[in-house]
Amino acid sequence: MSGKDKINIFPSRGAQSQMKARLAGAVKGHSLLKKKAEALQMRFRQILGKIVESKTLMGDVMKDAAFSLAEAKFASGGDFNQGVIQNVTKSRIKIRSKMDNVAGTNLPVFECFEDGADTYELTGLSRGGQQMAKLKINYKRAIELLVELASLQASFVTLDNVVKITNRRVNAIEHVIIPRYEHTLAYILSELDELEREEFYRLKKIQEKKKQARDKAEKEKERLKAEGLAAEEAGNIFEDNTEEDLLF
Amino acid sequence: MTSGVNNRADETKPTRERMSVAAAQAKLIAVIGDEDTCVGFLLGGIGEINKKREPNFLVVDKNTSVQEIEESYKKFMKRDDIDIILINQNIAEQIRHVIDSDNDNPLPAVLEIPSKDHPYDPTKDSVLRRAKGLYSADDMR
Repeated sequence: MSGKDKINIFPSRGAQSQMKARLAGAVKGHSLLKKKAEALQMRFRQILGKIVESKTLMGDVMKDAAFSLAEAKFASGGDFNQGVIQNVTKSRIKIRSKMDNVAGTNLPVFECFEDGADTYELTGLSRGGQQMAKLKINYKRAIELLVELASLQASFVTLDNVVKITNRRVNAIEHVIIPRYEHTLAYILSELDELEREEFYRLKKIQEKKKQARDKAEKEKERLKAEGLAAEEAGNIFEDNTEEDLLF
Repeated sequence: MTSGVNNRADETKPTRERMSVAAAQAKLIAVIGDEDTCVGFLLGGIGEINKKREPNFLVVDKNTSVQEIEESYKKFMKRDDIDIILINQNIAEQIRHVIDSDNDNPLPAVLEIPSKDHPYDPTKDSVLRRAKGLYSADDMR
């Protein structure tokens, strides 16, 4: 038990009970945090699974979308890229974000919604209108999937941080705080025992000293009596308390 | 007392944090990608040019410098009205150091998407690389 991993506290009964209460609190906190970490971990794994799933799905959806873009280009017979890029005004698809609460952690959830009119109603009007419509639908699907993926990913990043923090706390309590309290308690206990032993020894010593003094006084009296110097003292009834009990 | 501290912290927090509280607001999706990717998503209806004439997309061609990509990525990150940034993986690869440097903040979510001529590689994804310890790269294919 080195000096650095115990709390600097005066060893007394009061401090001991205080330390015991603190230790109980730390143990309780540790179990609660551990539960929280487990709940988060569970959610984390779920989300990770979903991310992996949607990432693979995303590959297919994006492939479809890119293919339909090529189709539309072929069908409309011309390059409409510049026209589309130049004609941007207001977005039709927007995102709303909500917060989902998991064990006290807010996870962002995105959902997309449409408002406003289609800016590109007239693109592909002359030729390839059908392909154009298909293209738009395909990309809309891709966007929906990506929005879903984005909320999973944002949740993932948030959870990753929170799980790390929680685990750090759990470990700190387990490996630093609780041992420190335990060491302090052990220290207080040993100090209290030591004090008790000291006290006992002191009492013994005092008894011994008193006995010695008494013996000495007795001897002195004997000596004086033998020499006949000391007059027989009249017993003082107030001092003399070795009076025999009287029976009537 | 603690609430007072929190209030003060709220005031000094960057705008992005405060915006996430006002969740009711409609947000945008930004795109950084090659011409075809951008055109596709614009047709899907995500493009917007705001009052300052700033678009929420960047068309990257072979003449676009890494610096330009980096700058507009940072600009999108700072904008309050953008919650999701889509970026082609081959472009993300070029500015990987910027993407990796601030991946602690969940908003905006940066998504790496495949482009037409570069297939998607899960092992390069910033987020999936963080998950490496939990899943092996084989599970992602």
